Amino acid sequence: MADTIFRVNMSDLTTKVEAVPEAWMGLGGRGLTSTVVAAEVKPTCHPLGKYNKLVIAPGLLSGTPAANSGRLSCGAKSPLTGTIKEANAGGTSAQMLAKLGVKALIIEGLPADSSKWYSLHVNASGVTIKEETEVIGMGNFAVVQTLNKRLGDKVGVIAIGPAGEMRMCAANLSIKDPDSHVRSSGRGGLGAVMGSKKIKFISIEPTDQKVEIANPDAFKAANRIFAKALVDSPISQALGQYGTNVLVNIINESGGLPTKNFTTGQFAGHEAISGETMHDTIVARKGKPKHNCHAGCVINCSQVYNDVKGEYKTSGFEYETIWALGADCCIDNLDHVAEADSLMDDIGVDSIEIPVAFGVAMEAGVLKFGDGLELCRILKEEVAKGTALGRIIGNGAASVGKAYGITRVPVVKGQAIPAYDPRAIKGIGITYATSTQGADHTMGYTIATNILGVGGKLDPLSKEGQVELSRNLQIATAAIDSTGMCLFIAFAALDDPTCLPALIDLINARYGINLVANDVTNLGMTILKTEHGFNQAAGFTNKHDRLPEFFEDEPIAPHNVVWDISDEAVDSFWNF
Amino acid sequence: MQLTVKLFAYFRDNRFRQQVMEFPEGTTVESIIRSLGVPLDEVGVTMINSRHCELAQVPAEGDQLAIFPNIGGG
Repeated sequence: MADTIFRVNMSDLTTKVEAVPEAWMGLGGRGLTSTVVAAEVKPTCHPLGKYNKLVIAPGLLSGTPAANSGRLSCGAKSPLTGTIKEANAGGTSAQMLAKLGVKALIIEGLPADSSKWYSLHVNASGVTIKEETEVIGMGNFAVVQTLNKRLGDKVGVIAIGPAGEMRMCAANLSIKDPDSHVRSSGRGGLGAVMGSKKIKFISIEPTDQKVEIANPDAFKAANRIFAKALVDSPISQALGQYGTNVLVNIINESGGLPTKNFTTGQFAGHEAISGETMHDTIVARKGKPKHNCHAGCVINCSQVYNDVKGEYKTSGFEYETIWALGADCCIDNLDHVAEADSLMDDIGVDSIEIPVAFGVAMEAGVLKFGDGLELCRILKEEVAKGTALGRIIGNGAASVGKAYGITRVPVVKGQAIPAYDPRAIKGIGITYATSTQGADHTMGYTIATNILGVGGKLDPLSKEGQVELSRNLQIATAAIDSTGMCLFIAFAALDDPTCLPALIDLINARYGINLVANDVTNLGMTILKTEHGFNQAAGFTNKHDRLPEFFEDEPIAPHNVVWDISDEAVDSFWNF
Repeated sequence: MQLTVKLFAYFRDNRFRQQVMEFPEGTTVESIIRSLGVPLDEVGVTMINSRHCELAQVPAEGDQLAIFPNIGGG
C-alpha cells in the first residue's frame, strides 16, 4: 500500500491520515524526522510545551527483507540539549509501521486536561487515541507484559517508563523487541516529550500487509550481496561473539577509557567488565552470547545475560553502558552493572546519560565511586519514584553538576559524553563538539579509524585530519540513519567495496529509482545542514561547539594529553 | 629482551591473556605474532605501550605489546 503520514493532535485529541508531501517522498528515518522537526517545530519552543512535536519514522528499507533494516527513528526538539534530536533503536515497531504504510507518525500539541493519560493505537486505517489508566506508573517490562495480554503477543509497543511520565530529561522511548523486552531510543530525553503529551504508550497492530517493492528480483539480488558483506565481515563476527563490549579492553589499552568521572584514561578493573569476561560469564550461565534486537539482523551483537542463578537479567548489554557504570563509576562487578542496566531499561532512562550523571554525583560525594549496590538503590528508590535526588540524577549529568557545584561535568550541549575520551582520541572530540545533537559517539564514529583500523588509520593523538574524518563519518552516518539500517553495517561498508553499492541497489529496487553514491552523500550533507539550521534558529552558535574546559586543563593518563584542537579547526567542520 | 605480551578476544583461546616473554633483540611485532601461532591475516590492531604500531616495528626491553583481532562496536 502507498505510504502515508499519520498525524495526531493531542490538543484536540484528533487524528488524520495525510498524503506524503512530494518533498518528503525520498526520505525516511532520521532524514525524515529531522526534516519534519525543522519544517514544523518552532526552534525556540520549550521542548515540553505545545509547540514541540514527536516524529517517529521507519527507515527507507524498514519492513522489507533487507538484512539489518529494522531500526526506528524518533525525533523532536530535545529537552536535554535544546537542539534537534534523532534517536534510533531496534525492536519490532519499525518493521510493523512500515508494513502498515506509515511513513511517519507525527504527534503534536498537548492535552488540555493534564490529569489524564492516553494511549495511541496504530493500524492500517489510522491512529486511535484512548484514555489509559491501567499501565500508568508501571515500568516498561510490566507495560509490555500487560499489553501483550490485552492486545496479543505480536502487538508492537513504544512506551515510556516512570521517568518519561515525570518528564525527566534522560527519559527514553522504549521499543518492544522480539523477546518482549525493550530497546531504547535513549539519548536526549525523547521519553519526556512523549510524557509531556500525556501518552504512555503507542501500540501497533500486527499486519499481513507487505511493503511494496518496485523491482523484487533486483532487490533479492542486492540483498544477497549486502547480507554476505555483513556476514563475511570479521568485525560482524566479533560483534556476534563478544557484543559491543569487546571494546572495553582495546579502548582501555589505548588510554582513552574515561575512568572515575573522566580523571584518568585506564581502569584497573577493566578485565572484570570486559567483553571477554562477559562472554565467558554468559556461556557459563547458559545465556546467549548471540542475539538479535530485530528480525533480519545478521550481526547479532545483542546477548542474553543471566544472573548467578542462571535466570534472565538483561540483554542489549552495551559497551557504553558497561563503560559508564564500570570505568566511569568504577564498578568492577558485571552483575551490579547488569542489575543497573535492567533497572534503567525498566524505569526508561538513557543508560549513558544516567551512569555519567552518577559519575558526577560520586565526585560530589553523593555516593562512593565503585558502590554498585547504592547506585542500584538510588535508581529504584529515588529515580523511579521521583524523589528530589532522583529527579536531579534523572535530568542528567549537567543537572547533577549544577545541583552540586561540580565543574568536571563531561557534557556537550547538555548531553553526557560517552565512552571515549576526546583528549586521547581526538577525532571523537570533533564529533562531540560539532554533532547537531550534543555529545554522541554514534553521530560520527571516528573510533573506527582512530583506534580500530577500519576505513583506514589515523593516529588518535594527532591533531591532523580529525576534522575531515569526523565530517566524512557524520555525513555518511546521517545517510545510513535514514535507511533504517543498523549503524554497524558501516564496519562492512568501510572495508568491503561490495557493501555500499548493494545498499544503494536495495533502495533503488525498493522505490524504482536510480540513486548513485553521490546522491547518498548529498542526502547526508542535506540532513546535517537541516539539523544545524534548526539549532542555529534555536539560538545555538559555534560557541556552543566546544568541549568542557577541563579537557583543555587536565591532562589524562597514561598519555598525559589535553584537548588541544583549536576553535578555528573545530569551526571548519561546517565548511561543506 | 623481555616483553609483556597481551592477547585479546579469541586470540586468548588455548593461549594466554598476558605473559612476560623473552625474545631475541631485534624481533619484530610480526615475528612475535607468528611465534604465537596467531594467524597474521586475523590481526586487526597492535599496540606497543598503548600506541598503535606497525608489524615491522621492533619493541624494546620492557615494552608491553597488545595484539587484537579485527573488532568493532560502538
